[in-house]
Amino acid sequence: MINSHRRAFFHVTCRVGLSALMVSFGLRSALSWAAESRPAFESRTLDEVFKALGISHPQQSTDITFKAPEIAENGAVVPLEVESKLPQTRSIILVVEKNPHVMTADFSIPEGTEPFIATRVKVAESSNVHAIVKTDAGAFYATKLVKVTLGGCGG
Amino acid sequence: MADPMRIRAMLIGDLVEVKVLMAHDMETGQRKDVDGNTVPAHYIVSIGATCNGRTVLSAQWGPSIAKNPFLSFRFRHAKKGDKLTVTWTDTGGDTRTDEVAIG
Amino acid sequence: MSMIRCTTLVSLAVLIVSSPATLRAETSTVDAIAEYHAMFGDENPAELWQLRGKNLWEQPRGPKNVALSKCDLGLGAGVIDGAYAQLPRWFDDTQRVQDLESRLVFCMVTLQGFAEERLLKTRFGDGPKKSELEALTAYLVAASRGHKVAVSLTHPAEQAAYDLGRGAFFYRAGPHDFACATCHGEAGKRIRLQVLPKLTEVEGARSAYTSWPAYRVSQGELRTMEWRLADCFRQQRLPQLKYGSEIAIGLTMFLAKNANGGVMTAPAIKR
Repeated sequence: MINSHRRAFFHVTCRVGLSALMVSFGLRSALSWAAESRPAFESRTLDEVFKALGISHPQQSTDITFKAPEIAENGAVVPLEVESKLPQTRSIILVVEKNPHVMTADFSIPEGTEPFIATRVKVAESSNVHAIVKTDAGAFYATKLVKVTLGGCGG
Repeated sequence: MADPMRIRAMLIGDLVEVKVLMAHDMETGQRKDVDGNTVPAHYIVSIGATCNGRTVLSAQWGPSIAKNPFLSFRFRHAKKGDKLTVTWTDTGGDTRTDEVAIG
Repeated sequence: MSMIRCTTLVSLAVLIVSSPATLRAETSTVDAIAEYHAMFGDENPAELWQLRGKNLWEQPRGPKNVALSKCDLGLGAGVIDGAYAQLPRWFDDTQRVQDLESRLVFCMVTLQGFAEERLLKTRFGDGPKKSELEALTAYLVAASRGHKVAVSLTHPAEQAAYDLGRGAFFYRAGPHDFACATCHGEAGKRIRLQVLPKLTEVEGARSAYTSWPAYRVSQGELRTMEWRLADCFRQQRLPQLKYGSEIAIGLTMFLAKNANGGVMTAPAIKR
């Protein structure tokens, strides 16, 4: 009860925030896309992410350069870098398979922006991390296994 | 009131390389405090960057982006001195906008 | 938090040196961790603390509404370039040896009129509870980047601080009968994947001292030397180390002296 109430509240504030942002960016048309895409963030599995994003037959691709550390000393901060060589790359999506919320980020790449993103994510436990690239010719992905070690003490 | 972002934007060849650090706790809603109470979720949900009135990046984020987020991207068609503006909005409706001249 | 403490206890109890059988696996693990660190590049969230600290340093603040430009960190009022690299040092006005953080408290109390109690309450930040002292420290330490650590023991009180710190470093106490030297007095020791620097010789002391304060990715916080020492005391199960105390300043003096000549790189980014 409390949860669903909070979720409803979250959606309201989220949409208000988004619309304010999008209006200030002169991107009213993008608002519907933004609001519709939020359900992907409720996904619990990679398949649910694909479904929520309307991706039916994703293909693994070596044209996505995906840098992730083989071992993360601390899962709280894991650097990731994605570069797509696929033509008409429209968005880059990051999914951490074993996190409670698997959907991590969805970057839309407008004309004139390179299909390149670097950021840092949380990885709760050793997990496959996926970089999904949406193009006009369909969706592609690359996967890396990130092993997370617990830090010792001090340092 | 949110703390300022640190934005770097450098023109290298014909590409502007942008590196942003944001001050935000990115609470997932999964963590418990010392008294065992769940710390409510509070994280950035959207990011936008514009240059010369043109959107150069927009993104939706979930709670799995690391605390004090880092973001880097690259775009074309801008020159030194052009202003780059970055805005974020979080689950609490807080928002922060910062601007930097491309160097 | 309780889990971290628990693992800390276990780690300390079984502090070990590498066994040959696992050496190869450990080498590749160490390489992988190095690669993980390399991916951070120069992008350190400590800069967010530096930005905040710059404002706190320059803006008129406190009950007296003055800026800290009259604060003397040892090189003259308001001079910050290279000041941290020469701290701790003797100050005539307070008649004591002070590290950066105790000096900052002094300036904020005497110049700006802040209550010491209020400052110390938030000496270490935690998420939304932000520390002005940590932000100021980050800013002022960054102003010593590229400077060589150069503490002096010419004043008798500076020598006394060093001697006290040296004594504390080797003093075994607490339920585990630990001293700082138990972990940091020999080369090649580790706790799990963390290599423990030997702080009694130049190389280890320099690499450790010149990289603190640091942004701790595990905590998402910037941590100062006072925090570092206080946490070492906690790990040794010693009584809480008092902020700005003679022991804290003495230990800092001992470490800084051992690191003399090392080039400051802090604030760094650490696990």
